[in-house]
Amino acid sequence: MGARDEILNAVRAGSPPPVALPEEARFRGLRYPDLRDQFARSVAAVGGTCVFVRGSLEEALLALPQYRSAAKVASLVPGVERANVDPAAVADPHLLRDVDFCVLAAELGVAENGAVWITNHGGLGRAVAFLTQQLAIVLRAETLVHNMHEAYQHISIPRPGFGVFLSGPSKTADIEQALVIGAHGARSCTVLVLE
Amino acid sequence: MSAFSENAQAFIADGPRLAWHDKAIWFVRQKRDTARAAVPEWEELRATASQIKAHTLSRLAGYLEQFEANAIELGAVVHWARDADEHNRIVHEILRERGVKRLVKSKSMLTEECHLNPYLEERGIEVVDTDLGERIVQFRHEPPSHIVMPAIHLKKEEIGDLFHEKLGTPQGLADPKALTEAARQHLREKFLAADAGLTGVNFAIAETGGIVVCTNEGNADLGTSLPPLHIACMGIEKIVPGTRELAVFLRLLARSATGQPITTYTSHFHGPRPAGELHVVIVDRGRSKILGRSEFRASLKCIRCGACLNTCPVYRRSGGHSYGVTVPGPIGSTLAPHADAAKYAGLPFASTLCGSCSDVCPVHVDLHHQLLAWRGELARQGLVPLGKRIVSRVGAFVLARSWLYQIAGKLVRWVVPLLPARLLRANAWGRQRDLPPMPRESFSEIWRKRGRS
Repeated sequence: MGARDEILNAVRAGSPPPVALPEEARFRGLRYPDLRDQFARSVAAVGGTCVFVRGSLEEALLALPQYRSAAKVASLVPGVERANVDPAAVADPHLLRDVDFCVLAAELGVAENGAVWITNHGGLGRAVAFLTQQLAIVLRAETLVHNMHEAYQHISIPRPGFGVFLSGPSKTADIEQALVIGAHGARSCTVLVLE
Repeated sequence: MSAFSENAQAFIADGPRLAWHDKAIWFVRQKRDTARAAVPEWEELRATASQIKAHTLSRLAGYLEQFEANAIELGAVVHWARDADEHNRIVHEILRERGVKRLVKSKSMLTEECHLNPYLEERGIEVVDTDLGERIVQFRHEPPSHIVMPAIHLKKEEIGDLFHEKLGTPQGLADPKALTEAARQHLREKFLAADAGLTGVNFAIAETGGIVVCTNEGNADLGTSLPPLHIACMGIEKIVPGTRELAVFLRLLARSATGQPITTYTSHFHGPRPAGELHVVIVDRGRSKILGRSEFRASLKCIRCGACLNTCPVYRRSGGHSYGVTVPGPIGSTLAPHADAAKYAGLPFASTLCGSCSDVCPVHVDLHHQLLAWRGELARQGLVPLGKRIVSRVGAFVLARSWLYQIAGKLVRWVVPLLPARLLRANAWGRQRDLPPMPRESFSEIWRKRGRS
């Protein structure tokens, strides 16, 4: 008998009598009186910056020094004028190693934890979200949800494909519990919420 | 003396360092408390998570088959391993067939359990742990001392010296920010040069065939989006039925672990990346045996958040390495004896049974009950030291006879104040303690008097 069948047989032999799955309706989860305000607070709490954008996206980006000074700007969002790298077009993700600034679109934002849902649309360019030095995420205000229960009801998970809940910039506290922003991934994360 | 006690004795010999360690870990417990307080439905969330796990364990074989079928449908290759050897052989074979020379790993306690790194290194493969804490302990040739914060036992000056030697940072540099930056530069080269990436699995979704990996640093994402080959290793208990259930665990995991509302990166991999390969290795390694033992089954609900370590007064004051196992702390102490009861017989006693671990566990694992159950089990197997056995026998004999208990009580109240304090110091519990003054009367004597008046 192979490993698979042996393991499954052992699992079956050891399994307790059936236990019911809790009903989905039990959970609505934490809800906030002001979704936008809570989202902005959560993004700040996880080390990011949340900006509500009423004018053009480019104007909002130009307010960021890290955008103005970036030599290589990758974008998967239309209307980013300084973009000069198309992550969707690269044949090898290693070519994205020196991207300074990256603009990505998120499908939705979660108020309870400041996370945004980003998918790769099936391309190799997903590496850019982690290789870039600075990151900006664009999302529409009406996509904000209260909590993770709601988030999973709304997101599309690419199958096959890649998706990530991203909450703030890359960080670590592995040296004496001291929080350091910019471990391996982006050193900053600005969430631009379009109104 | 058990191996744990011997190791812990060395750890506590350095008083100031012990106090520092205790405080550093307690700080994480406090961050967890703050995060927990921000979620009014926390207790309901825990109960739901626990029940989801109980349900999943009750039909685990079916869910594993469902996960496998869906993962294959998405283009992943699924492997099964009964034990550590089989797991290591499978991983090595995948790497060997593709000529992989350089592997980058993100955190996986399972591969630590299996001692995968030395296995691959002996066969000529460079293995680089990319989580900062894991890289630090890898440089030092020692195992992680905590499942979430692998290098929590080290001071920044020690890490500074280590990086000076290994990465050429200036001598005396001990600023966490500068040290992290040095590691970032060093590891970025490793990511870019890697032929393959290996990750653990936090959750495997039966309904979709996808796997979810949680990190704060982004190392799992760099390690799997640059090289074309991704190997993901998971224990059979990592299954969740669907994304609805996943939401419950993601709300609990990071809050319990570090007090964050969610990890920075919660990555969902469904099938390989374009022109790449995804291999999922599903490992038993004693888990099905635990599933069959009703009093210990609940330990398979564990989501490895580390909250029970952070709250444990014994862990905080003895350090992760004292346990001598990959997963230390209360959860490790109940898991380890399944593999080798004689070797790990000391661990279920490395607890005050205060129950704080069970109180903070986000999935309601009855940890302190399990540690107590292990003590009974170890006694039945004859694995409890003679001293403990005699004391327990005498205790049981006295407690079963109320007349004898009365006499013993009287004797203690009379004799103990006459004993020299030195005698008390001979006992491990008495070393840092003074006995309270003995009461003149026992509780039952006071009670009888009250009844008369």
